[in-house]
This record gives sequence, C-alpha cells and structure tokens, in this order.
Amino acid sequence: MIPISHFMLISAGLFCIGLYAVLTRRNAIQVLIGIEFMINAAVLNFVAFGRYDKISGGGQMFALFAIVLAAAGVAVALAIILNVYKYFKSINPTKTDTLRD
Amino acid sequence: MGQEQIIFYFFAASVLISALCVVVMKNLVRSIFLFFVTLFSLAALYLFALADFIALAQVVIYAGGVLVLMLFAFMLSNRELLNSLKPTASGFKINHFAGILISLLFLFILFTVIIKIDFNQLDWMQERVPINASDNTTHQIGIHTMTTYLLPFEILSVFLMMALIGAAHLARRGNKA
Repeated sequence: MIPISHFMLISAGLFCIGLYAVLTRRNAIQVLIGIEFMINAAVLNFVAFGRYDKISGGGQMFALFAIVLAAAGVAVALAIILNVYKYFKSINPTKTDTLRD
Repeated sequence: MGQEQIIFYFFAASVLISALCVVVMKNLVRSIFLFFVTLFSLAALYLFALADFIALAQVVIYAGGVLVLMLFAFMLSNRELLNSLKPTASGFKINHFAGILISLLFLFILFTVIIKIDFNQLDWMQERVPINASDNTTHQIGIHTMTTYLLPFEILSVFLMMALIGAAHLARRGNKA
C-alpha cells in the first residue's frame, strides 16, 4: 500500500511543472499542455484521497468529472487557438495582445 | 521494497521526467508525443490508487481524444511555426528565470506542507473506509452517478453539449467573429 503523501508529492511536482509551462512557454499549445498537467495533478490527488472514501465515492466521481471537464475545455481552447492563428498568423501568447479587430 | 513499490516509483519517475521533457522541449511534435507517455504513466498511477475506471477513462479520453485534437490543431496552425521557434531557442530570458523561480518556490511550499502533515492523525483519516483491491469500483461508480451525484452528472452533460456547440461554432470556416 503506497502512502498517500507520496501521491501528493508526485502531484505537487506535476503541478509545478505545469505552472512553469504556463508561465514561460511561448506557444499556446504548450501552455495548454501545462494547464492539462495542472488538471491531471488535481485528478491524481482526487483519486489518491478517494481510496479512503469507499462509502460516498466522492474522490473517484469528481476525478471523472474533472477529466471530462478538461476534455471539453481542450476542445474549446483548441478552436480558439485555431482562430487566433488565422487572425494573428502566430500562436505566441505574448504577440496576441488585442481583443478587438 | 516489494514489487508494488518498485512499479509505482518507476511510473512516478516516468511521469515526472516525461512531463519535464514535454515542458522544456523546443520541438512541439516531440513534446506532444511525449505527452502520451506522461498520460499513460499517470493512468498507471491511478491504478495504484485502486481507481481502475478512472485510469481507463484517462487512456480513452486523453490519449484517444485530447492528443489527437492537439496534433490536429498543431498540424493546422504550424506552417511557419517550426521555423519561427528556432531563433527564440537561444538566450536565457528574464521571464524564464522568474517562471523557474515561482515554480520552484511553489514546489517548496507544497513539499514542506505535505511532509509536515501526519495523515494518520487527521480526523477524517480516523473514520476512513478504505477501498479494497477486490472491490468492484466500476459498479460503485455507476451507482453513485445515478444516485448521489446525479445533479453534477446532468449539469456536466449540459456543459458538454455547450462546449461541443461552442467549439464547432468557433472552428467553423468563414466565421465572421
């Protein structure tokens, strides 16, 4: 039986890697991958805590919900990225600095 | 150190190393394909938390859906991106340094907090009912979805439809917006 703190240490590491990607990458797709890492770190924590919660099963249920929400978010985010690319001819987040036409 | 521990720490190392490679890699194609490795190893870690259905959903949704979508967006948006990425690779920018500093400090905070907690002393840990390896968690998830968590489930289905329609509208050809 793996202790719960080890799951949490791994998810903390994964979260910080995602944070680094969001802060420094100059490519919208890699920023999106960073966000996915952060979501997956949260899901790992949900699942690790859910192991001690057999009666209400909240951990696993919300892990499932979080995965589905992340997938929906990715679909919308990629559609936005494609439109941004069409408009600015670049997906560097630092270059896309206007919302108006 | 038993067999379980060895496999667990192997997959843990695989998650962290491949995630780090995904993030530092300059080549976007390699980074997306390494993302596969991270997601599969994470699914293996979910198995160690006795969440077999979540692990399967992770493989199906992420590896089957999200990654294909990402590759698709990458192919559509990437004519001159590969060339334009290379010049920026040289030079260590100040915002990189700040990003590394922030992430390391955050990691430090999380690590100190997690190491200081004694989980066995916590209240909710005293009255825990752990899942056994022989339990049928998929069966339990099905029951929970239709009873306790029916409202979040229905909200989620409406939200998914909204996201699908929104994505289709945004990606439509000849969109004036």
